Amino acid sequence: MYRSHVLVCGGTGCTSSGSGEIIKALQAEIEKQGLSKEICVVQTGCHGLCALGPIMIVYPEASFYSMVKVEDIPEIVEEHLLKGRVVKRLLYNETVTDSGDVKSLSDTKFYKNQHRIALRNCGVINPENIEEYIGTGGYEALGKVVTSMTPDEVIQTLIDSGLRGRGGGGFPTGIKWKLAKGNDSDQKYVCCNADEGDPGAFMDRSVLEGDPHVVLEAMAIAGYAIGANQGYIYVRAEYPIAVKRLKIAIDQAREYGLLGKDIFSSGFDFDIGLRLGAGAFVCGEETALMTSIEGKRGEPRPRPPFPAQKGLFKEPTILNNVETYANIPQIILNGPKWFASMGTEKSKGTKVFALGGKINNTGLVEIPMGTTLREVIEEIGGGIPHGKKFKAAQTGGPSGGCIPAEHFDIPIDYDNLISIGSMMGSGGLIVMDEDNCMVDIAKFFLQFTVDESCGKCTPCRIGTKRLLELLDKITKGNGTLEDLDKLEELCYYIKENSLCGLGQTAPNPVLSTLRYFKDEYLAHVVDKKCPAGVCKALLHYEIQPEKCKGCTMCARVCPAGAITGTVKHPHVIDPEKCLKCGACMEKCKFGAIIKK
Amino acid sequence: MKSLEELRAIREKMQGQVGLRSEDDTGTRVVVGMATCGIASGARPVLTTLSDAVLEKGLDNVTVTQTGCIGLCQYEPIVEVMEPGKEKVTYVKMTPEKALVVVDQHLIRGQIVKEYTISEVLGS
Repeated sequence: MYRSHVLVCGGTGCTSSGSGEIIKALQAEIEKQGLSKEICVVQTGCHGLCALGPIMIVYPEASFYSMVKVEDIPEIVEEHLLKGRVVKRLLYNETVTDSGDVKSLSDTKFYKNQHRIALRNCGVINPENIEEYIGTGGYEALGKVVTSMTPDEVIQTLIDSGLRGRGGGGFPTGIKWKLAKGNDSDQKYVCCNADEGDPGAFMDRSVLEGDPHVVLEAMAIAGYAIGANQGYIYVRAEYPIAVKRLKIAIDQAREYGLLGKDIFSSGFDFDIGLRLGAGAFVCGEETALMTSIEGKRGEPRPRPPFPAQKGLFKEPTILNNVETYANIPQIILNGPKWFASMGTEKSKGTKVFALGGKINNTGLVEIPMGTTLREVIEEIGGGIPHGKKFKAAQTGGPSGGCIPAEHFDIPIDYDNLISIGSMMGSGGLIVMDEDNCMVDIAKFFLQFTVDESCGKCTPCRIGTKRLLELLDKITKGNGTLEDLDKLEELCYYIKENSLCGLGQTAPNPVLSTLRYFKDEYLAHVVDKKCPAGVCKALLHYEIQPEKCKGCTMCARVCPAGAITGTVKHPHVIDPEKCLKCGACMEKCKFGAIIKK
Repeated sequence: MKSLEELRAIREKMQGQVGLRSEDDTGTRVVVGMATCGIASGARPVLTTLSDAVLEKGLDNVTVTQTGCIGLCQYEPIVEVMEPGKEKVTYVKMTPEKALVVVDQHLIRGQIVKEYTISEVLGS
């Protein structure tokens, strides 16, 4: 028996901060101390606190070590694993009270208000071992469905639970399945959208890396419900760890007879294939995704016909997002009432968010629907670094909009976000502080959609390009008030006329920043100033002669040779030569250089 | 997978493993003193014997862990059994053989092995 389990995060965040080396060092040290038979080291998926990686948890004490270094390993092994003395110095500081006591992880601000359903197993089980998944109740829901429920009962359960698509659209999942079931055909398909492309979003990635079997199980349940025997997971090739673990999971599920023929002797057959996407953002759109699985160029096609009627290979198809699937086995096992008891009136359950941008606890959180933005940012996210002021949060990535400080207390759910001009999106939540220029942010997202527009329809291909040009003009200080009107008009035109979701939502970042931060646009256009000091064309650096001691440091670091002056006399910056890189300001010890 | 029973058999088997990874403390904790004094007087074999026996007997609600020095170095190896809602029982001068008796009598049958407890040993 292993008396202690050491869980080391092997998600993408912790892998890039070196958890692979930690595992090797840990195993070597455990071997050296002769503890191999007593302690097992498990590589898990994401724990969520990516900012503090690599993360290690030791059970049964549930000691949470953060930012573990290879040098710390011998001490942890000797003190904690051999002698049983927790190394408090290396624990996540939130789990140690001022008086030096260790408190439970679930009492920390980051975890206290979270409720993990989709991320239930992430960071708890070894994703490469199907038996660990089964050990936490895995595949029980599939067994229950195929042996004791009719397809209609499964669909009704989902409808009653109120589960809505977690990919961003928020369409009720049960209704989607019902439509697909209602269309008769010899061949139907179940697809999983794992083409997570929003900048700053990594929810689906973490589920696939930490708990791949939950997606396979839910897809098989979907297959049973709609009458399909083949599934496809469309995952981006840029997620190598997710792809590897999915492959292992599919092989293991086949080996255990949980995929394949006659599952649980019920006569139900189901298998899943993996398709890798080359990373085009538009392939996250349902029709483009299916076109890509068919082996064609990933371009959207007009709807109707909807996928439930004619989807993949022109057969009835359902497509759900990774996180949507991750909720389903739990809904089957615990019942629709359990799920519907969480969340708000029209948005049930929980939602996973990837916190990024100007926030202390960068990482992954799962919260009940209806949690306020304030709670997410100030409590769970640990607030904004360096005491800066919150300006806005972007949800829904390039398709979404920003939520300004005035809506800080809005309960987050599908309908509330739409009512304030944003959207749930897949769950990326990027926090911006007073140093972010909102025009620049809009430009950033437009740059992204211009790059990612597939080019099939004109409003999106040319419209987004023109939008970007207008924004560029404004940030360079050449914009006019007329441009602002044109900008808005063009936004509505693109929204109404584009073929697919990419174009229809691409103007959202512009519209929502115009709505809430019109003053910033006006500052750029009328006063030719960037209030946040981001847009380079609109600012200049100046040396305040009364503070300058003439140390020559700035002149030495200036890459453009724009600073002149003699020793012990105030220097000056030549605005013609200045590149506005800010190197001089960083170096000045006297705070004599200011940005205007 | 041919039946739900087959699935449940795997689940039962794995529960002892993954069940350890939770913070609920409703189970019985067996704690072995593993400071320098404990190790020097032979706590290692006591610890391994305990964890092997707990596994062998399938005692899912029992965790075996180690702790530091509690200050009674001359009575090491010390094993403490903590059951929820009951007073802690402290066994002293343990050996692997005595550990097996504790598993058999105390953990399985719920009868404290009086002659190994600290009060008996100190009193005699």
